[in-house]
Amino acid sequence: MAHAHESNTKRIWIVFGILSAITIVEVYLGILKPEALHLHGPGTSWLNWIFIILTLAKAYGIAWVFMHLEGENKWFRRSIVWSAVFLISYLVTLFLIEGGYLFDTLSPLVRW
Amino acid sequence: MEAKIAAPIDKKDTWNGGGAKPFGASYGKMMMWFFILSDALTFSAFLAAYGLTRFKFIDSWPIADEVFTHVPFVHGDFPMIYVAIMTFILIFSSVTMVLAVDAGHQMKKNKVTWYMFATIIGGIIFVGSQAWEWNTFINGTYGAVKTTEGNVLQFVKDGKQIALADFVIAPRADGRVQHTKKNGLWFEGEGTIANYSVAQVVKAYNANPEIQVRTELIDLDKKEKTILSREEGAFQLTKTKMVVEGANLQANEYGNTSFSDFFFFITGFHGFHVVSGILINIIIFFNIILGTYEKRGSYEMVEKVGLYWHFVDLVWVFVFTFFYLV
Repeated sequence: MAHAHESNTKRIWIVFGILSAITIVEVYLGILKPEALHLHGPGTSWLNWIFIILTLAKAYGIAWVFMHLEGENKWFRRSIVWSAVFLISYLVTLFLIEGGYLFDTLSPLVRW
Repeated sequence: MEAKIAAPIDKKDTWNGGGAKPFGASYGKMMMWFFILSDALTFSAFLAAYGLTRFKFIDSWPIADEVFTHVPFVHGDFPMIYVAIMTFILIFSSVTMVLAVDAGHQMKKNKVTWYMFATIIGGIIFVGSQAWEWNTFINGTYGAVKTTEGNVLQFVKDGKQIALADFVIAPRADGRVQHTKKNGLWFEGEGTIANYSVAQVVKAYNANPEIQVRTELIDLDKKEKTILSREEGAFQLTKTKMVVEGANLQANEYGNTSFSDFFFFITGFHGFHVVSGILINIIIFFNIILGTYEKRGSYEMVEKVGLYWHFVDLVWVFVFTFFYLV
């Protein structure tokens, strides 16, 4: 560990502040649910896209700083992140397309 | 052939595979990362399945901020607030964990001890909160009825949901009593029965012209559940077969059965990880106090355990988004 004696405390608190701020924004939008953002973007509403992007930003902050991925060897980091991103993206894409197809096929058959 | 005897060796590098460090990472750290990767894939599979089910029922899924509205010790409707507090608690415990790791790099035993302690407390508060959420979810708030077609019907007054207790006259009118050891066959029993019978609820609905029935179907323009007229509601009520209060794995008052099933499974699986994380943290906490890592010369174990704890926090961030926000 090259920086064994250097204290990162200040940076840790700054990242905590950023994560908290993002969470507050998410919760605020989640309660308020502004009408303007209900317009449909690709796949789901813009409001939902904002939530997803903010969540990915939080995940990046936690993995990069808290889990100390920034200090690891470049290819070690990539062996974890690239594997996860590839597999999860593929899985989620296929599952959501499937769910959408199931809805399109089955919902006209439901009697409300 | 000479018999192979297990001979004791003195090398300290036995546990970590001879001290080799591919990618510059120790054996323990690399293995923790790869375990986290596999566990992340498991959680992704569950969340993807949840996504598929939600997309399948996209026009009738329960609306999260109508379900999760309670805060402990406070009366009233506060959608999202308690789960936001839970998220903060977990993120904060992650921060104290990073600070513990940081203090470990500087070999400051006392600091590590205090930060580890704070992390454990944060974890316990989070699990306690989640248990409270489960309890509230299982007990239910309003109560509903379920038709023979599997449709969950809720009741509204002036557009706002009203509890069964607020318009149906207690107690249960049809004389049905829960079968317990004391009042029937001692070797059989049944789950808690509803507080009202179906006929009782329908009678109260007919007697009260301000009450309307709300179905699961979402009106896509208003993003609200469809409220039926008095006649349509009365017709749907003729098809009811049971009163649903609270939630279990078979039925729930919020809507689709899969909703409660996924809630219990995913938050339960996550809660299981939080509990195991707390237990591991407690073990490491005692080791810190005993001076194991001072003797070893490195607080890397705190770092490894920290990775697991951050992973737990990371998963929660995603569960929070996909269950409560989206």
